[in-house]
Amino acid sequence: MRKNWWKILALILVASSIVAGFLGPVPVLPILHETIRNVYFHVPMWFTMISLYLISVIYSVKYLNTGKRAYDLMAVEAVNTGILFCACGLMTGMLWANITWGAPWPNDPKLNGSAIATLMYLAYLVLRNALEEEQKRAKISAIYNIFAFPIMFVLIYILPKLNDSLHPGSGGNSTFGDLDMDNYMRPVFYTAVVGWILIGVWITTLRYRVRLIEDKKNSL
Amino acid sequence: MKKLSLLFLGLIAFMPAVFAQNQVDMASGLRSEGKIYVVVLVLLVIFAAVAVYLFTLDRKVKKLEKDN
Repeated sequence: MRKNWWKILALILVASSIVAGFLGPVPVLPILHETIRNVYFHVPMWFTMISLYLISVIYSVKYLNTGKRAYDLMAVEAVNTGILFCACGLMTGMLWANITWGAPWPNDPKLNGSAIATLMYLAYLVLRNALEEEQKRAKISAIYNIFAFPIMFVLIYILPKLNDSLHPGSGGNSTFGDLDMDNYMRPVFYTAVVGWILIGVWITTLRYRVRLIEDKKNSL
Repeated sequence: MKKLSLLFLGLIAFMPAVFAQNQVDMASGLRSEGKIYVVVLVLLVIFAAVAVYLFTLDRKVKKLEKDN
């Protein structure tokens, strides 16, 4: 149990963000109305996805340094879980956009960037399945992964900032500035972010451990 | 000790009055009228179910790790 404290912490953080997110005060803004509360649930999905992809890159680098199979498996499972959170982020974002921007997929650089980034990571998984030989698969996909991460980050975070985007943080207004987030929202938001990242890591470790067992069975 | 317990009893006796006053204030609020608490409870139940599910998965994996 002592080793599992962070799992309980993750649950407490997300649960308290649900309570505080629904019951707490939010700024009264036109168009957004109560949907501003989506910030507590939609945005952490993306933060979690990026954190998991970052973990994946770290393990890809570790794999290339040491050649240990377990690191390669960790890198794949982090991407697998990241794609789950990406899907959640896309779906919740489309719902939210439909109400506030009038269409589920308006022509917005952040949306198109995230779509390309998602395809890139799906290509990573396809690439892995296409390569038969295990060492080759691990090596090539690790290198692909290292290239994919900065491109994903640019597409999702930096390019939309340089363009006019419907998302906050673009076209002159700063992300999490006073316009879209007040001092009550900020702690709740970060609580949700940390909680969801921990849950993402938790799911990743579960997948990784199952994968290790499978791997052991296959190699026998 | 007796004084303390008396004080405690007094507090409990006055509690309903305090709560009732709160309720009168709260009734004008949108949230209590809008029954948002129900939604929060529903979400917490769903989240608790997911959490329990994750913990059982965790335990299952641990068992498998021991067997192998």
